[in-house]
Amino acid sequence: MKFDAPMGDTPIDTGRVVGRPHARVDGPLKTTGRATYAAEWHDGLPGLLHGFIIPATIAKGTVTAIDTADAKGAAGVVDVLTFEDFDINGTANGKTVKLVGGPQVQHYHQALGLVIAETFEAARAAADLVNVDYEAEAGAFSLDGVRADAKVCGAFGGPGETRLGDFEAAFEAAEVQFDEEYRTAAHSPAMIEPFASIAQWEGDGLTLWTANQMIATTVGSMASMLQIDESRVHVLSPYIGGGFGAKLWAHADAILAALAARKTGHPVKVVMPRGLIFNNTINRPETIQRLRIGTRADGTIEAFGHEGWSGNVEGGNPESTVLSSRSVYAGPNRLMADHMGHLDLPEGNAMRAPGDAVGSIAVEIAMDELAEKLGLDPIDFRVMNDSQVDPSQPKKTFSNRHLVRCLQDGAERFGWSERQAPGTRREGKWLVGMGVATAYRAALRSTSGAAVRLETNGRVTVETDMTDIGTGSYTILAQTAGEMLGVPVDRVDVRLGDSAFPKSSGSGGQWGASSSTSGLYVACVNLRREIAQRLSLDAERAEFDDGEVRSGNRVCSLLDAVAEGPLSAEGSIDFGQSDTHAFGTFGAHFVEVGVDSYTGEVRVRRMLAVCSAGRILNPVSARSQVIGAMTMGVGAALSEKLVVDERYGCFINHDLALYEVPVHADIPHQDVVFLDDVDPYGNPMKAHGVGELGLCGVGGAIANAVYNATGHRLRKVPMVVEDIIAGLPDPV
Amino acid sequence: MKAFTYDRVTSAEEALAAGAGASFVAGGTNLLDHMKLQIVTPDRLVDLNRAGMDAIEPTAEGGLRIGALVRNSDLAADSRIIADYAVLARAILAGASGQIRNRATTAGNLMQRTRCPYFYDTALACNKREPGSGCSAQDGHSRTLAVIGTSELCLCQNPGDMAVALRVLDAVVEVASPAGATRTIPIAEFHQLPGDSLPVREFALEKGELITAVVLPPPAGGTHYYRKVRDRSSYAFALVSVAAVIQPDGIGRIALGGVAPRPWASDDADAAIPQGAKAVAAALFEGARPQEDNAFKIDLATRTIAAVLAEAKEARA
Ligand SMILES: Cc1cc2nc3c(=O)[nH]c(=O)nc-3n(C[C@H](O)[C@H](O)[C@H](O)COP(=O)(O)OP(=O)(O)OC[C@H]3O[C@@H](n4cnc5c(N)ncnc54)[C@H](O)[C@@H]3O)c2cc1C
Ligand code: SF4
Repeated sequence: MKFDAPMGDTPIDTGRVVGRPHARVDGPLKTTGRATYAAEWHDGLPGLLHGFIIPATIAKGTVTAIDTADAKGAAGVVDVLTFEDFDINGTANGKTVKLVGGPQVQHYHQALGLVIAETFEAARAAADLVNVDYEAEAGAFSLDGVRADAKVCGAFGGPGETRLGDFEAAFEAAEVQFDEEYRTAAHSPAMIEPFASIAQWEGDGLTLWTANQMIATTVGSMASMLQIDESRVHVLSPYIGGGFGAKLWAHADAILAALAARKTGHPVKVVMPRGLIFNNTINRPETIQRLRIGTRADGTIEAFGHEGWSGNVEGGNPESTVLSSRSVYAGPNRLMADHMGHLDLPEGNAMRAPGDAVGSIAVEIAMDELAEKLGLDPIDFRVMNDSQVDPSQPKKTFSNRHLVRCLQDGAERFGWSERQAPGTRREGKWLVGMGVATAYRAALRSTSGAAVRLETNGRVTVETDMTDIGTGSYTILAQTAGEMLGVPVDRVDVRLGDSAFPKSSGSGGQWGASSSTSGLYVACVNLRREIAQRLSLDAERAEFDDGEVRSGNRVCSLLDAVAEGPLSAEGSIDFGQSDTHAFGTFGAHFVEVGVDSYTGEVRVRRMLAVCSAGRILNPVSARSQVIGAMTMGVGAALSEKLVVDERYGCFINHDLALYEVPVHADIPHQDVVFLDDVDPYGNPMKAHGVGELGLCGVGGAIANAVYNATGHRLRKVPMVVEDIIAGLPDPV
Repeated sequence: MKAFTYDRVTSAEEALAAGAGASFVAGGTNLLDHMKLQIVTPDRLVDLNRAGMDAIEPTAEGGLRIGALVRNSDLAADSRIIADYAVLARAILAGASGQIRNRATTAGNLMQRTRCPYFYDTALACNKREPGSGCSAQDGHSRTLAVIGTSELCLCQNPGDMAVALRVLDAVVEVASPAGATRTIPIAEFHQLPGDSLPVREFALEKGELITAVVLPPPAGGTHYYRKVRDRSSYAFALVSVAAVIQPDGIGRIALGGVAPRPWASDDADAAIPQGAKAVAAALFEGARPQEDNAFKIDLATRTIAAVLAEAKEARA
């Protein structure tokens, strides 16, 4: 189905199953340890060997010698393979650096080879015996160092610079001018499940159990790197312990497992050790951002300028900091540009809400600062600069933009009117403040297919290569099929993450929820037709409910349709470009913090997100997405920072003790409210995802709350104690 | 992980007999991590978990003798500790996580090693890991490291919480040697400063010596404080911590964690308590040699001492 006109009424609108708060259908499997993750497919794999990655320990240069003799002789070792043994064509789709380096080293901890042994422990011990000699070269590791040479550059095929009107002239002429710079640190996805793969060959066919968000892309990557036909690659990833973007691509574990399995004739498992994840894979790069906003005296924005600088490997993408600035606030004169400098650090790539997660921090602090300068309440200032058309493409109207309602509804619920002047609210030793920020993330849509089958026992089976990275895909797909076919969720079996199934959108860019359910919707429409035909009913008029199909005064059981065998159908959804509409998800974040007036420790006290994203398919899993995202936002605001050691060209804090993600004790009461709306222009489900929306703006709201608490403005995140105490009065 | 032999022992004597050239393992929460990362590669492990030494007993002097194998959780929950040595319970509970504290032991906690990032990356130079290789932290990322008591050879701080409380309590560490001798080491001398010669020694233990107990003197009275400042609310090492016992008349004892290779305290600093945090900090940080990254720790420690003294004053009012 090509989706190019607003959706009329559908069975989904009845809302008997979709939109209800269903607990995760895969929950019991996960809580009882029976969900099989990539590293856990041991059954039926006799002779499984274990691989341990040999990492480069310089950032840039050449391997001059690699001595594997000692490692090969170590107990339990089957083989040691290095780049010299491999012929890998290119790299994974969407990645820039090679998954296996050598002789050229492109970044610290780039894989150079694999030790293969009978046990994991033996492989790990032997990896330490591999001696690598390098000729190191000087590299570029400092964003400040390369900023002057950074070039305008777009991310993921988008434009580098966009303009509307005459930004410079309008900014110059503006009655109120605002011009500040902000910095955000580099982040690691730091998901719980490490990258992991098990590979097995049968003849010239590869089976790869791996942890991956995009099955079809990974089939393509593996086939092209191994120079075999895609039909020879079978990828399975039914359960994934988080990805945050980092599992959009195949990584070293996948290709090395495949090559080692081919070489040894055994199945081979490779799990990336935690310490390698930070430098071996991808990160969200550090950014510097400049905001120039010119307004009239009353606060109407006349000129909006947002420029970002980040560094990446040659050929990589910049962090697209200005992406959402194109669409959030009004203003007839606009300049948005991303710049990229060449750095020899590990590759920067798409991490949850790429660009927007950190772009929104700078923009939302700037809006807060400017509101104060204008003497306006920060909510009023945002409301007066709302825009129902896409400010950068004024011919397009947002299909479903309720930012103002999110802000105002949130203000009411949060008690925004209690907010006091900066630095004036004190509770004992605590300085207390509130902050607000807009959340915006584009509602991307992507081609997605599914198969659905009505079994002879009346159960429904859904199959698609869609992934569930902890997000709830299993559940919303079960709900969709349940609603369309009139069966409860517990009669639907959803099978995901298998390249043998129809290709889906995969998980990323918060497009997965709406796209994959829309694809399944189409498959279900097709199956309903089959069923109706079998029952000699009019498919258009038939109502599927409670295991029955009703039309006019006829009532049939679903079972009647499958008396002679199961019925199945496939379906797929495609989206054209809209000339008339822009699609986005919107929200408002509210945060209250306490700042210890002695130590500068910031402790978040309350958080509220009010979100508008069309129909919410399942309020429980959607809420989980948003509170998880808010938590990630707390990390970005207060503690997460990859620290570059410019001498070694690496992120030196490469473990979870030194790269500090929030812990439970950091996360206080979180409230999430979804506005009750639907977006018929978006897709057949009239729904959008929220997994990235929940992150956008959080860091800004926290920074604004910290300012409100202390009266001291910080323009750099994370805001750590030394930055905070620098602005606090002497307590002694 | 390098292959190793593993022995279980059922008494301190057996442990000492088996100990030559071996590593003792207690809770394993620190040692096993280091073995997996190949930071240390012992050939032999002697497991102390069945060797007794797990009681908390009163001493003739009116103090408590804490067996080396007493788990951190048990120690922090002991009613005598809570009543008379609250600073110790608070310090322990400020560290690690419930699961780790259930495993971790009194001796193991004292012997935990640095959290310097360069110690953890075996590709980089570190005098602690490989004597003579150099100290990558000099001019490196030293935000979490020590500001005083360091040397050109090593900048790392002692990361522990428990030992800081033991310092204000004047605990002594009881050790036994393979030769059968026992001796006590005051907590103030247990952790070593790096000094100017290699290898960088961390502990006052001699090869093969076993910690059998930690002994607390009779209760010091006063009000007990442990204030730990860190980047997140839990499950993080101290940037700075302050252990204090303050008496009703305003005098007392203070020790700092996170700023030096050992819990940092001095008689001069204690004498300055009535003059306030700045005077205490001035005495504690005399001769400090901070790096650019961690100079803030002096200000932060001063402010944290101020917080504790303010709370103590309020409590007395
Ligand atoms: C994730 C994490 C977070 C942590 N956070 C904190 C924190 O916030 N604050 C804090 O203070 N600590 C923290 N720790 C450290 C923790 O306190 C130590 O790991 C623990 O106390 C070590 O005790 P153990 O019994 O497990 O020691 P083990 O790992 O068994 O041994 C550690 C060392 O002590 C030696 N040893 C053990 N017993 C004896 C003995 N009787 N005689 C001689 N030598 C002995 C061993 O040979 C070894 O060298 C953390 C640890 C982890 C893993
Ligand atoms: S500070 Fe100490 S532990 Fe850190 S690198 Fe230097 S010698 Fe090693």
